[in-house]
Amino acid sequence: MADFEEKAQKHTNSRAAGNIIENRPKKNFKKKLHMSLMAYAFMAPALIVLIVFVFYPIIYSIPLAFQDYSVIGESHFIGFDNFERAFSDPEFWTAMKNSALFVACVPVLQILSILLAVVVNCKMRGVTIFRVLFYIPVVTSMIAISIMWSFLFNPDGIINSFLLSQHLITQPIYFLADTRYALLSLMFVTIWQGLGYYMMLYLAGLQSIPTELTEAAEIDGAGKVAAFFKITIPMLKPYIWFCSLFSVLAALGVFDIAFAMTKGGPDKATMVMNLYTYNKAFGTFEFGYSAAAGLIMSVVTTAFSMIIFFYGKKGGMNNGD
Amino acid sequence: MEISKKDSTIPVKHSRKTKKIVVKIVLYMILISVAILCAGPFLWMLCTSFKGNENIYEMSLFPKNPTISNYIGVVKFLGLPKYILNTFIMTSAGIVLDVILASLCAYPLAKFDFYGKKLVTGVLLSTQILPAAAGLIVNYLTIGKLGLMGNYMAVILPGSVAVFSIILFRQAYFAVPNEILEAARIDGANEFYIWIKIMVPQIIPAVSTVVIFDFVNKWNNFLWPIIVLDPDKYPIAAALNYLGGMFNFQFGYIAAATIISVVPIIIVFILFQKNYINAVGGAVKG
Repeated sequence: MADFEEKAQKHTNSRAAGNIIENRPKKNFKKKLHMSLMAYAFMAPALIVLIVFVFYPIIYSIPLAFQDYSVIGESHFIGFDNFERAFSDPEFWTAMKNSALFVACVPVLQILSILLAVVVNCKMRGVTIFRVLFYIPVVTSMIAISIMWSFLFNPDGIINSFLLSQHLITQPIYFLADTRYALLSLMFVTIWQGLGYYMMLYLAGLQSIPTELTEAAEIDGAGKVAAFFKITIPMLKPYIWFCSLFSVLAALGVFDIAFAMTKGGPDKATMVMNLYTYNKAFGTFEFGYSAAAGLIMSVVTTAFSMIIFFYGKKGGMNNGD
Repeated sequence: MEISKKDSTIPVKHSRKTKKIVVKIVLYMILISVAILCAGPFLWMLCTSFKGNENIYEMSLFPKNPTISNYIGVVKFLGLPKYILNTFIMTSAGIVLDVILASLCAYPLAKFDFYGKKLVTGVLLSTQILPAAAGLIVNYLTIGKLGLMGNYMAVILPGSVAVFSIILFRQAYFAVPNEILEAARIDGANEFYIWIKIMVPQIIPAVSTVVIFDFVNKWNNFLWPIIVLDPDKYPIAAALNYLGGMFNFQFGYIAAATIISVVPIIIVFILFQKNYINAVGGAVKG
């Protein structure tokens, strides 16, 4: 099994103990059996919780998608009926489209975060305070954020009052009630909230780059901008891949903000996949159908992440050579 | 000649210095404008919460007649203390369970040689990637079968172990030298005694990181509580969503309730920001 790695680890960790074990194989087996019992005793409480509430849902999601599950009465296997229904439901496709559109947040968010990370990486007085400040939206609940931005986006709210007073607009904009702007408004708030998070990740990346590299380039006569594109960005590449992947998955799986701010409205303009499956599950209690829609979404997101992961790995390796 | 050389260097140095100052000013301007964008909505909310209901859409940042009537209102009429108590019960119980269960679980994964170690580790890590298509539904059915619907335990139990916490603890145990462990084993101490007396004190920094992460997550938790609890037992974020729908004409109240709900998170985050940010940054590196 995992013996090889374990042994190697043991060797490096405590050579003396490793030698004793190797000399007495029978005792080794007995000892390992004893350690296994101890190990599972330590892990049992956590593993039981995880099996019931994490592993079981992952597995049971799949057969559930092929049933016409109803809260009362029996449920039957109905083959691919749920999937056929999903593919012929226009609302399903609207939700798919909106989730896909949400991915447009990703490049904007990543570029802004990298730029902001570069700024807060400068050695300046009080820069730590700014870092902490930029991170506060990240730890705030989406419900509170939704309420705050609903205030600001209100037709009588501060943003409209400001735009009207500057004569930039003649009519108040219905940011959340106009089908043209609703999804964009949600994307704006998503970027606003995510900026601090990705900034912090990129900051960790920037701080892992040896300063000698960029300094050397600048001494060699390369300008700051050239050094940024020739050294900083390539060195950040693994971070950019990781953050982009993470961000794409988050965008495809967007739920909280649509649930809290618009409930999918107006006229399904902000209906996203996870909200669709949620509504089917806990609005109309069609558990089997909701599981099927969720399964389609899981397949799509897993495929997406595989593509990005492998493409990113390839790119990263080429860069390394 | 020497003099002329000196003369020529002075202006260059001078211009470089002015350039540096200009760059600094630009950078500070960027920082300040992003700060306004980040903090603005919070400040606006804070000011709104002190406005009377009649001048809620006043353009001025500072209310003309500041009043705490909204705060009195949310406590008196919206029952905010009840929701805070709910949040406190579920958050603290969840944190205590996660710290105990996850640190117990991570210990053998980091320090024992046992059958199935690679399998358990692999399966745990895979949960970080594999989505549960119908996780909410299956857990809803499970909670129903366990007869916990409407009970605080319906929220506490499914969140009582986070795989992420196990990963953090495992990392912390790795850093503890094996010699300490071997010495205690040779002395004949039993494994549980070794864990609690020797290992736990070594991983206290990781415990504080897990506590902060859990605090933020559990305090902000709203979706699962909405599914399995009655409004009476909602935690603050779920209550805010519920009240926001019911009292959306009472902007002042909602503003005050929102401020009350975000203040604890902001305070805890600022107090422990170093731990939190290190863990966030470390998660990518690892």
